Amino acid sequence: MSSPELKKVVNESGIEIQPLYNEQSVEDSGGIEFIGEPGEYPFTRGIHRDMYRKRPWTMRQYAGFGNPVDTNQRFKFLIDNGQTGLNVAFDLPTQTGLDSDDLRAEGEVGRVGMAVDSLRDFEIAFDGIDLEKITVSLTINGSAAILIAMYLAMAEKRGYDIDKLRGTAQNDILKEFIGRGTWIFPVDASVKLVGDTIEYCAHNAPKYSPVSVCGYHIRESGCNPAEEMAYAFVIAKAYAHEVMKRGLDVDEFSGRLSYNFNIFGNLFEQVAKFRAGRSLWAKIVKEDLQAKDPKSMWLRMIAGGGGGGLTFEQPELNIVRGAYYALISALGGTQTMALCSYDEAYTIPTEYSTRISLRTMQMLTHEMGLTDTVDPMAGSYYMETLTNQMRSKMEETMAEVDAEGGIVEMVRDGRVQAKVSKQAYQMQLDIDSGAFPKVGVNCFRIDEEEEKEVEFHAYNTKDAELQVDSLNKIRASRDNDAVAKALSQLKADAKADVNVMPAIMEAVKAYATVGEMTDAMVEVFGRYQEPIRF
Amino acid sequence: MIAADNSKIKILVGKPGLDGHDVGAKVVVRALMDAGFEVVYTGLRKTPSEIIEQAMKEEVDVIGLSSLAGSHIHFCTKLKGLIDQYGLKDKLWLIGGCVPKPDHAELKRIGLDGIFPNGSKLEDIVDFIKENA
Repeated sequence: MSSPELKKVVNESGIEIQPLYNEQSVEDSGGIEFIGEPGEYPFTRGIHRDMYRKRPWTMRQYAGFGNPVDTNQRFKFLIDNGQTGLNVAFDLPTQTGLDSDDLRAEGEVGRVGMAVDSLRDFEIAFDGIDLEKITVSLTINGSAAILIAMYLAMAEKRGYDIDKLRGTAQNDILKEFIGRGTWIFPVDASVKLVGDTIEYCAHNAPKYSPVSVCGYHIRESGCNPAEEMAYAFVIAKAYAHEVMKRGLDVDEFSGRLSYNFNIFGNLFEQVAKFRAGRSLWAKIVKEDLQAKDPKSMWLRMIAGGGGGGLTFEQPELNIVRGAYYALISALGGTQTMALCSYDEAYTIPTEYSTRISLRTMQMLTHEMGLTDTVDPMAGSYYMETLTNQMRSKMEETMAEVDAEGGIVEMVRDGRVQAKVSKQAYQMQLDIDSGAFPKVGVNCFRIDEEEEKEVEFHAYNTKDAELQVDSLNKIRASRDNDAVAKALSQLKADAKADVNVMPAIMEAVKAYATVGEMTDAMVEVFGRYQEPIRF
Repeated sequence: MIAADNSKIKILVGKPGLDGHDVGAKVVVRALMDAGFEVVYTGLRKTPSEIIEQAMKEEVDVIGLSSLAGSHIHFCTKLKGLIDQYGLKDKLWLIGGCVPKPDHAELKRIGLDGIFPNGSKLEDIVDFIKENA
């Protein structure tokens, strides 16, 4: 279609971009059948009729470091600055099921997130925070069943009605095997645990979102934007099948599934990705999973500025990138937004940098008119064509995964990990060669001496020592017979292949530690062995 | 031609500690393989002793570490003790990932031969190994 003298442009998802779009382009790509109205099936234009006009997106910067006292202070700083939700970062020992005094945790306690050993730590971390006003998202996966139980137990202790409690856990273990890497148990036991949390919450905490399926980290690991959505959907379907085989009806849980997506790269491709993804997920839930309730078909999401797009070079440019990513997220119709801060290629963000991210989002809601009208990109020939094309790309990838035996199988033998890591390698070659332009990295560079140094978040070993002290105090003051009894019940339930959540709840309430509960389950389930495949 | 020379060099790429970021490590493994080196990847979550054990078993010439969770000084200090203990000082020792400039002097003092922070070019890593291993 384009004139021969114009350079061919193909987006990351593999769609050739024309220099001009018109009504015919929209027709040729499948027409406007899938657009519909906001708040109505198939939700291309948004899951709510009035979208941000009624309620702006939730602002939820990822935060947590040191011990629960430090983190509680950071939470309050963010809330005082107008943040409307919390997104909790845990340290690696907590994420991998180790106590703070475990030898393998040495040097890592409180480093990349908050250290948590027992319910006591949750009591401290959320002290003074109104859990009805501020919804809390826990970025936790391998040990998610334990930390969800801690959150519910903490809220219950503070007098909240668990029946009405809102909140989210990431709890998407399949993507941890592909990227991010905080797995603990083998693949099948891990999927069973996700099923246990969904089932438990459906019956006991029906407003709580037990899973946030993440395309985000698979995109960081190398896949393209259309594949990011497709992989998230096949993973979500795997969890849905896990609980539906237990007799749960799709409408009992699907409305509480949520998503986490990434933003970097081409602006239009990302916005089309979200619009296309919404309608495709709605179709999957309605047609494949046979849901009746429209709410079950909602693609609820957090969409944030991805770390993968930010650069080590000229880090202050990341402030500008973050602003574009926030704009994309708003144009894409997200429910919740978080931005990686400009210094995150170096360190965990300081109060200064995270406040810039928060202010970036606030500029969109308060200065730029992004909350005034629903789905402002709709009706653009380019946007509607691209939305249709992105949906087709996603469907192609989903069909490929099915043809290869399904996502669980592909994760188990390392096939999908090898595939995305090969893509990451190709991207790095393209960045190194300049074929994939990155401002400040392979074009418009500055001299090394001119590069600004960023301020580093200081890691305080004292915080880790205090955490170990407080763990020892808990172990000395709790009813250790009750803990032993709860842990043996947990083991028995794991062996009997029944839902382990009630037993975890009991152990949590007895102040059993993350490491003790994890070890009890490892005894039964074993540990994941990573397939090394290139 | 290059591949034939490089095939005599064996490299271990290791992930010490609990850090789950393996995109970069795997990208580097592929680049080293494409350059013709023999490469062994440890996988995630290895203790310093596991890394040294594997390096000795595989009789590698180069030990490369990838670290993105900030604990690089801690692990390199531990590894240094084991390297001395097992007489592995002749191995070329490299680190890459989120390894900020203020830490480079300390890492050099510990004994790292090459530091390749985010933003390093793959061919620079390949060339460094070719010249120094």
